[in-house]
Amino acid sequence: MAKERKGIEVSLAVAEAVGQADCDLISAYPITPQTHIVEHLSEMVANAHLDAEFVPVESEHSAMSVCCGAAAVGARTFTSTSSQGLALMAEIFFITSAMRLPVVMALANRSLSAPLSIWNDHTDTMMVRDGGWIHVFVENGQEAYDHVFWAFRVAEDPAVRLPVALNIDGFIMTHMIEPVDFEDDELIKRYVPEYRMEKRLDPDNPVSMGCFAMPEIYSETQMVRENALVESYATCIKAWDEWAALTGRQYHPVETYRADDAEYCIVTMGSLGETAMAAVDELREQGELVGVIKIRLWRPFPFDDLFKAVAGKDTLIVLDRAISFGGPGGPVALELRSALCNSPKAPVVVDYVAGLASRDVTVEDFKSIILGGKAKAAGGEIAGFTFYGLRG
Amino acid sequence: MARPIEEIKWQDLEMGAAVSERGSAREYKTGSWRSLQPVVDQDQCIRCGVCWLFCPDAAIKRSEDGSFEADLEYCKGCGICARECPVGCISVVIEEV
Repeated sequence: MAKERKGIEVSLAVAEAVGQADCDLISAYPITPQTHIVEHLSEMVANAHLDAEFVPVESEHSAMSVCCGAAAVGARTFTSTSSQGLALMAEIFFITSAMRLPVVMALANRSLSAPLSIWNDHTDTMMVRDGGWIHVFVENGQEAYDHVFWAFRVAEDPAVRLPVALNIDGFIMTHMIEPVDFEDDELIKRYVPEYRMEKRLDPDNPVSMGCFAMPEIYSETQMVRENALVESYATCIKAWDEWAALTGRQYHPVETYRADDAEYCIVTMGSLGETAMAAVDELREQGELVGVIKIRLWRPFPFDDLFKAVAGKDTLIVLDRAISFGGPGGPVALELRSALCNSPKAPVVVDYVAGLASRDVTVEDFKSIILGGKAKAAGGEIAGFTFYGLRG
Repeated sequence: MARPIEEIKWQDLEMGAAVSERGSAREYKTGSWRSLQPVVDQDQCIRCGVCWLFCPDAAIKRSEDGSFEADLEYCKGCGICARECPVGCISVVIEEV
């Protein structure tokens, strides 16, 4: 493929990127709204546009198991799922990272049942937040395309060797037709070179993976996982910098918009960041000193980048797209409160839960959330969360 | 011989807690989980080896004279050997502590 700007559905751009990355094996079970990604990949394999194994399976549990087996012998491996599929996959999801198998998965984020909803929020991905994977969120089609390569590059780095979940908002992004700058195959080959995994399943050098562990050693195995994920941060940054050098598109773990001189900020993750930026533009015209903070890297959590982004702000208003039932707020707000609680000049964190199951969060909604959050902070109403737009 | 487990630090573990050293399970002395113990009546034993075949661990030892007995460092006392023995020469007794 040559360098070219295309108008393309984001799911298809993701699938094309997996093909450009010369993936060896794809295994998946269809589920909305991820379906177009793997459908397109199965076509690419069937039409001999991609020399890969496509393994159709009877469940997501099997899909991730197949991916684990393939990754264990050193294949470049991809899958994709959403919501209930991720829930069914959960058992193997945790094993994948524990066994340090660099599977890349596009998570087309969708609400969890019940009631049945096929629409977008972050309740599925938050379920596996503590699964030991690298989690990255993207905001538009270009970012989704770019991060397929980044995900393989980071996952397969010998210093990392961890699976990567590429969080793409279901429908809001997966089913949008957007302009995407495709890079040529030669550039992709330089960025994601042929992969040779050390310590793979190899009959000449036998190794057992996923063994039994007694209480005397389990803690040590978990510390290795913690250390691997924390240490992967450096490679995440390096891989973004290398991508910027090749394409001119630079990404950061935490990104800001009009935040430098802001007194307070709205915090988002995923595709709603662009709507928040439009709202902030309008509020700036009214004299509000407000900015946007967008968290791109969710695990490993970028503490220092967050501290830098929030320095000098008195209030953070978080837009959470999931609830921790019975807990003190949504997962992003909890993370920020926890990360900042020991800082002497920590901003207060006001939490809104909105946009569940793709309920629209418009520019006007964002303005209402931002100004409402500011008023709540001024009035000291900073505990728990507010369910934005809830009737009753 | 595998290292004793108590000496292994987290930094010593192979990537993904993989094990490339063969026979390391010998270090897992799981016999302490046992509350029941199989006892073989060697006079009745016909040396058929069914107990050895059915043991879900590898905790039945075969001696040079062809007799079988439980390896108490690993036997968890499940009693499958006693159940499967065709001549009923293995009894399961409560282990005195």
